[in-house]
Amino acid sequence: MNESSQTHSRDVLLSVRDVSKSFGGVRAVVAVSFDLYKGELLGIIGPNGSGKTTLVNLITGFVEPDSGAIEYQGRNITGWMPYRIARLGIARTFQMVRPFAELPAYKNLIIPLFSPRVKSLMGGRYGDRDSVAKDLLEEVGFERESSVTYKAAGSLPHGYLKRLELAKCLALRADLIILDELFSGLSIAELASIVPIIEKLMVEGKTIVMIEHRLRELFRIANRVVVLNFGRAIASGKPAEVMDKDEVKQAYLGTE
Amino acid sequence: MKQRRQERVDRGIKARSDDIFALTSYREMLYVSVPPVLPVIGLIILPLILPPYWQKVLISTCIFALLAMSWDFLVSVGMVSLGQALFFGVGAFVAGALDRFAGLPIWLTIPLGTVLGGALCTVALLPVLRLRGVYFSMVTLVLPLMLERCIEATGFFGGTEGLAGLKPFASKWIEMYFVAAVVLIALFGFRRLLTTDYGLVLKAIKDNDRSVMSAGINIYWLKAQALFVAGCVGAFCGAYMTHVYMFVGMPAFALDYSILPLASAVVGGMGTFAGSVMGAFILVPLSEALRGIGGLRTVIYALALVVFIVSLPEGIFHYIQRKYHQFERWVEVEK
Repeated sequence: MNESSQTHSRDVLLSVRDVSKSFGGVRAVVAVSFDLYKGELLGIIGPNGSGKTTLVNLITGFVEPDSGAIEYQGRNITGWMPYRIARLGIARTFQMVRPFAELPAYKNLIIPLFSPRVKSLMGGRYGDRDSVAKDLLEEVGFERESSVTYKAAGSLPHGYLKRLELAKCLALRADLIILDELFSGLSIAELASIVPIIEKLMVEGKTIVMIEHRLRELFRIANRVVVLNFGRAIASGKPAEVMDKDEVKQAYLGTE
Repeated sequence: MKQRRQERVDRGIKARSDDIFALTSYREMLYVSVPPVLPVIGLIILPLILPPYWQKVLISTCIFALLAMSWDFLVSVGMVSLGQALFFGVGAFVAGALDRFAGLPIWLTIPLGTVLGGALCTVALLPVLRLRGVYFSMVTLVLPLMLERCIEATGFFGGTEGLAGLKPFASKWIEMYFVAAVVLIALFGFRRLLTTDYGLVLKAIKDNDRSVMSAGINIYWLKAQALFVAGCVGAFCGAYMTHVYMFVGMPAFALDYSILPLASAVVGGMGTFAGSVMGAFILVPLSEALRGIGGLRTVIYALALVVFIVSLPEGIFHYIQRKYHQFERWVEVEK
């Protein structure tokens, strides 16, 4: 047991057991197992095509595993429909950001706010979704009552789209937030403004999984990382320790 | 080099706000209120001034307008139906059967035909709700053709003879104003529905169904609801026409009921419902007016369709709406 995981409670929130998935002849994920603890930030890294996004799709129900099981809060959710898994409080972003382009930015949040999960958390009432949506946008760094809030989402700059994705997770009041390459394509300045939002979520006790290629930024905030290569989990542990391992160096730098 | 370029400018009142207007003069009030009032006035006056033959054309125009709106609504939710005839036919046969075999009065057969027809069509299409895109369309195209053959082969519901001698409406005025009122209710109802939060979620399914699902929303349940609403509108058309013709038979599943609504919505402009109505009010009367020509009728009709779609691909309604809300001027630009 390493030091960082002792700093938060040892309650397992999500547990992935021997999960495998093939597409045709391609083994995208092979017997991957790991536990996710409440309140931690777990990074999942690995070269392109190593199965990271498939793993997210397996956890969120968009892809059904060939074998293995996924448990959330002790409940077996393997093979559940994506919307049922989302209702348990697992929110995700997508690698390819596709907003509801014609809607103004804040109206994009009406969709997650319409969720039955939000209704039950608010005691059967949805409240005024428009104003909740604007508050959420402010939380992820849209300036209050600025024109971007009302702009069609399709015309927003990339940095704002990423924040909008994050706001969708917040709208769902998720306990577990899975961010698929949130940092990709962001400038240094945009990163500097989005990292504090994630740090704030950690303080609030959210559990976060981040798929990332931008390791330097990830390692600054991650408690633990899992390294995937050709669908297998080849290492896990604290960021610095993991990068010292030979297998990981090989995966990233290649071998003869 | 200097060049001239056309510039579009929002009219003052439109620019001031997108949907909330601060009205300061009668002119501005008229600007906002005339567009929605026009179809209401039109549908009140038309039955009074049209000759009897064109009154019948008006009825079938209204029916195709409703079928087109039903199609447009399904498209807004991401379901492209090629089988509006399914809704029409099922509604027609339910109403016809209730009249013939249960002896129900007309004010029961039409509502029951509407709701039962909508429900039956929804159940029939439930298994294919999970299919995306063209697969859904193909099933909707095939189902009405299949039902038509079923009736022919089994002889149920009168078989090839159909059910004749059904109850008519009490008067032609009730007949006309009833369907005109339903067109207006559907037009404003659909437009209103899609601006609510519920409507936004429906439209979002079309944009990005994965994103909607990851918000914990059961998109299949919502699609089934949308299908039921669209199915009810289509089934109403069938149930109503059964009593106009006082007959129901295999032609209720004819391909016309699938194709013409689609053409109306595309020519008129998709996603607005007003466009669907406008398209039906151009295409159906045009088809009637061309009857005198004889053999080449279909050719000229098809050519007209092509001209509409090529010259105004956005749809007639979108074009008029743009002209209404914006004016254009030529400006010189440096190139």
